[in-house]
Amino acid sequence: MEQALSDIKVLDLTHYIAGPYCTKLLADYGADVIKVEKPDGGDPARKMGPFLGDDPHPDKSGLFLHLNTSKRGITLNLKSQDGQEIFRWLVKDVDILVENFSPGVMPSLGMAFEELEKINPKLVMTSISNFGQTGPYRDFKASELIMYGMGGAMNETGMFDRYPLKKAGNVIQYQVGTMSAVATMVALFASEVQGVGQHIDMSMFESQMGTIDRRMSQLITYQYNNETSYRPDPELDPPGFPYGIYACKDGFFQLTGGFVFWDRICQMMDRPDLLDDLGFCTQEGQREPENLERFSVIWYPWISERTKLEIITAGQAAGVLCGPINTPGDLVNDPHWKARGFWEEIEHPVAGKLTYPGAPFKMDETPWRVSRPAPRLGEHNAEVYGELGYSEEDLTRLKEQGVI
Amino acid sequence: MAKLPLEGIRVVDITVIYAGPFATMNLADWGAEVIRVESIKHFQVLTRGGTAHPNQAIVSDPIRTGGIATYCGRDVSFRPWNRWTLFNAHARNKLGCTMDLTQPKGIEMFKKLISISDVFLESNAPHVKENLGLTYDVLKEINPKLIMLSMPGFGGTGPYKYYRALGVHQEGFIGHTALRGYPDSDPSTTSTVYHADEAAGATAALAVLMALYYRNRTGKGQHIDMAQAEATMPHLGEAIMDYTMNNRVQESMANRMPGAAPCGCYRCPREDRWVNITVTTDEEWQGLCRAMGDPEWARDEKFASRLSRENNQDELDRHIEEWTMKHNHYDLMYLLQNEGVPAGPIIFEDDAYTDPHLKERGFFQELTHEECGTHIYPGLSFKISRVPNSIRRPPVRLGEHNEYVYKELLGVSDEEYRQLEEEGHIGMDFLPEVR
Repeated sequence: MEQALSDIKVLDLTHYIAGPYCTKLLADYGADVIKVEKPDGGDPARKMGPFLGDDPHPDKSGLFLHLNTSKRGITLNLKSQDGQEIFRWLVKDVDILVENFSPGVMPSLGMAFEELEKINPKLVMTSISNFGQTGPYRDFKASELIMYGMGGAMNETGMFDRYPLKKAGNVIQYQVGTMSAVATMVALFASEVQGVGQHIDMSMFESQMGTIDRRMSQLITYQYNNETSYRPDPELDPPGFPYGIYACKDGFFQLTGGFVFWDRICQMMDRPDLLDDLGFCTQEGQREPENLERFSVIWYPWISERTKLEIITAGQAAGVLCGPINTPGDLVNDPHWKARGFWEEIEHPVAGKLTYPGAPFKMDETPWRVSRPAPRLGEHNAEVYGELGYSEEDLTRLKEQGVI
Repeated sequence: MAKLPLEGIRVVDITVIYAGPFATMNLADWGAEVIRVESIKHFQVLTRGGTAHPNQAIVSDPIRTGGIATYCGRDVSFRPWNRWTLFNAHARNKLGCTMDLTQPKGIEMFKKLISISDVFLESNAPHVKENLGLTYDVLKEINPKLIMLSMPGFGGTGPYKYYRALGVHQEGFIGHTALRGYPDSDPSTTSTVYHADEAAGATAALAVLMALYYRNRTGKGQHIDMAQAEATMPHLGEAIMDYTMNNRVQESMANRMPGAAPCGCYRCPREDRWVNITVTTDEEWQGLCRAMGDPEWARDEKFASRLSRENNQDELDRHIEEWTMKHNHYDLMYLLQNEGVPAGPIIFEDDAYTDPHLKERGFFQELTHEECGTHIYPGLSFKISRVPNSIRRPPVRLGEHNEYVYKELLGVSDEEYRQLEEEGHIGMDFLPEVR
């Protein structure tokens, strides 16, 4: 079956996480993505774990393997004259260029958008950076932690009496990668409508400031009511009950109850006798500490006798918003995602056959598909440069000169 | 002003709470005509408030800080559903109408709207669209070029198909919650984040854009089945791959990161102000030492190499916090960045609105909402060079564009309009009996 983006060609100068996730999204839905890596070592993500068997081999990084599916890979030294010449040939032929160098690097290589659009007048160029291409922080360095602290809602993540916490792993960079793919598609439409090229300035900082994970709502709360956000203090700000994460017989689970869903909680626990208890089924009642105490006497024995699965099954049958606290292992073994065919087995010449996360969404006309595993360093040099008309001798010479 | 790239695309939006509305916000921002269809007879908890008719005394209670879910001015005397911060975050640039989809007349009107639209998004558990008879099979008969995106928590197939969950519960299912707590504490102290909402919202917008791109090329519409949880899972790729490759179950590293030390969040003198610092190279470590005034303790063998710093991280953190406690959180960013060290303050709302970088780049934007007044709102998520753009409309009020939708788009007569008002379709207020 045809894929949604199968007529799109992308030149990918990105490395680490946000940029590669952006181009992975495009590649897995059909775009021909050519990933350009520097000849010595390639994308630094190849040196980041976790590694298969803890062997720090450049083709065994789980991070790199995951982020670079369906892409062709070439090497090119963009600092060399010949490399820049070849790069201009490559740009001529693509719809989209994605890069996440520090601002200023592309212009210093003679590859500013203004230069490139002379070669390719309808080029969509997506530039992803920490703080954007302008402004006083333009050249500041950042990390996942720093990005979440500045752009995201880290100030209210964690407990009130402890240090603020980031989210897991590198999720902010993945999120920015997704937003960059959104921006790229929007700019592609703009380029078609206007018949000219477009340059996207994607600032991780702003993308987080304008995101739905609490930040936008909090900024508006501050404007409306002059109230600053805070990390929760369960004593000061009881959220109603039952609410939050609880220990049960074999682990932890989470649910959202409160007076609004009290009828469903009663159904979950099979306690119709509590349905009309005014201490439980009204907002006023749920705010009285003695009702929380009365509830606790019923609740804790009930949950401590049951497993996560029993509680979630009963809760979901009653329409309660709830779920288990799973580990990544629980997730991979969960029957639901297996039944949906989420996991993808991919064979890689060095890493072998491994299970990867699959389609983020299923399009019924134009499927998600991994056309090839993540490229080895320079794997498609002969193929891609061959398409540009370089002969085998040319390639040998360029290799000797350190260009590819 | 240049035409916006999605102008001419009409999107029907019945999504709820956070994820779906964030998807349609991204489409509306770039020119799509997003029409929210809501009901004055049914109140979906959280989307437009805690309850339809909230209690003023509880909303005014000064002990409770509003957080993400509060009312403008804490005033619920008039149409509180238009003053709800959780909704007003994503409701810009959209149009809104009301329709009761539990009545046959409502379904008839809705189908008529679908027949003249391009995209339909819904985010409820699948039984909702099945009960309403608004599945893709039915709607494509009315509009063969329709793109429909369904984004329930768990997707349209599989044993949990009918499960109900907010983003927070999905994050429990997919391992995010277990991977981000305090390492010395159990998960019951892990506070709520809404990463699955932003992930699924952005991914859904991307899915629609891809489907539109394909439709432009071929004329074909399609259905997209997006489990919000599946859209979020790739964000945890490293932890998932560590398990599938090595059978290793990762645990929370809190604010730390492999290969970096120090990497943490350090207290500053002003109450609840913090600075984040991440050092991955020897050059950055030397920069940090210079910024700190080359203290004696930093010359200890224990901190001489990247590996030894990582092995002595708790002690290192204590030393650094002694130093950060003497400086303002923003000053530390400048001081450290000038020495080439990645660092940044934890930004609270007051910091954000005075931040010089956001100011210079014109991130925030003033908007006037008819009922909330004039305020400064967070702006667009990215810039496109030849598409000058800004927020065009303030957050949409319930039923604000009923006249436009019914009379101009659906061709309803004045008399029929009055009748639809009486039947509980059209209005700007939740009916008094709605909870």
